Amino acid sequence: MKYPVKREGKFTVLLLNGEIDLNCSPDARKQILKYLNNNENLLVDMSAVEYIDSSGVASLVEGFQLSRGLKLDFALVGVSRPAMQVLQLAKLDKIFPIFESITDCL
Amino acid sequence: MKNSTMQTATVSEDVIQVENLVTYYGERKILDDINFSVRKGEIMVIMGGSGSGKSTLLRYLLGLNMPTSGSIRLLGKDITRMNAREMHDMRKNMGVAFQGGALFGSMTVGENVQLPLCEHTRLDKNTMRIMSRMKLEVVNLAGFEDLMPSELSGGMIKRAALARAVVMDPRLLFFDEPSAGLDPVASAELDELILRLRAAMNMTIVVVTHELESAFKIADRITVLDNGEILLCGTVEEVRNSTNERIQNLLNRRPRDETLDVDEYLKRLTGRDI
Repeated sequence: MKYPVKREGKFTVLLLNGEIDLNCSPDARKQILKYLNNNENLLVDMSAVEYIDSSGVASLVEGFQLSRGLKLDFALVGVSRPAMQVLQLAKLDKIFPIFESITDCL
Repeated sequence: MKNSTMQTATVSEDVIQVENLVTYYGERKILDDINFSVRKGEIMVIMGGSGSGKSTLLRYLLGLNMPTSGSIRLLGKDITRMNAREMHDMRKNMGVAFQGGALFGSMTVGENVQLPLCEHTRLDKNTMRIMSRMKLEVVNLAGFEDLMPSELSGGMIKRAALARAVVMDPRLLFFDEPSAGLDPVASAELDELILRLRAAMNMTIVVVTHELESAFKIADRITVLDNGEILLCGTVEEVRNSTNERIQNLLNRRPRDETLDVDEYLKRLTGRDI
């Protein structure tokens, strides 16, 4: 599965959607790492995420750490309520840069 | 969440349905006509004294034993009719924290927590490592992943077992005696953790316990077992207000009034009928 992508200013915006679970998270991870390894600043739009499990969150963690090593910008945008609850469980809401909208990042 | 078991379960909000369950150990009846159901996202506490049959019931819910009769439907599928392959697939949706932890003594805490991921998924090693560390964070065991289980306290073993049980974000979590052997503070922390897991992951949780305080704190509903039969399945208030003498004995810690059948007792001692 390939998630849609768009450009907004200096950012590549990856639009995750639906259920990011054990079946889909490897695809999300692949895309996240690919854009970062291409030296692209990355926003992950999570407004349409209905569910994200630990494997999906782990992919975000991996991406965020990679972005810091590469000195790239990485942020989560419009995090849906179910996704936010999962981030909060592992206190990751205090770790990731999180913005309400893409406009807030520009 | 796209496999067939999950699609079936959306038809009914009951994700666990036990009907007419009867089990024996040898000739001894252990569970007698057990009927109850657990709704999606609910915390069901199975409560009872020692020997009431609650841990036995858990073994049947986990598919570790096959009942004499009756059915157990998990996520819409009857596990008493499943073959080994189907049961293996079902277990991907189930997390279990056993009373003693059941951690592998020859593996580190981190390896123990990662075990279900290694067995059931083909995720990248790095993803697995991050997932297990996140769950260790959740149970306040960050930084302990390289220790061996023998180096952990009782409470830490329970929390490590819980981390392993939830590492796959299972839809069904079974927890056997979470408070047993813990001090009151550690016990209260574990109760809070169970509530947080339910809130964040919307897990359906079955907790087996004889600890009243813990049961009343976390339960949406309680199934009270005694002598292998259900005395009541209801809300915390319904259990508290029950006028059933056996339930009141349990709540008020009154010793059981054991009535002895003379012939039966003599038979137990001598192994022979009169």
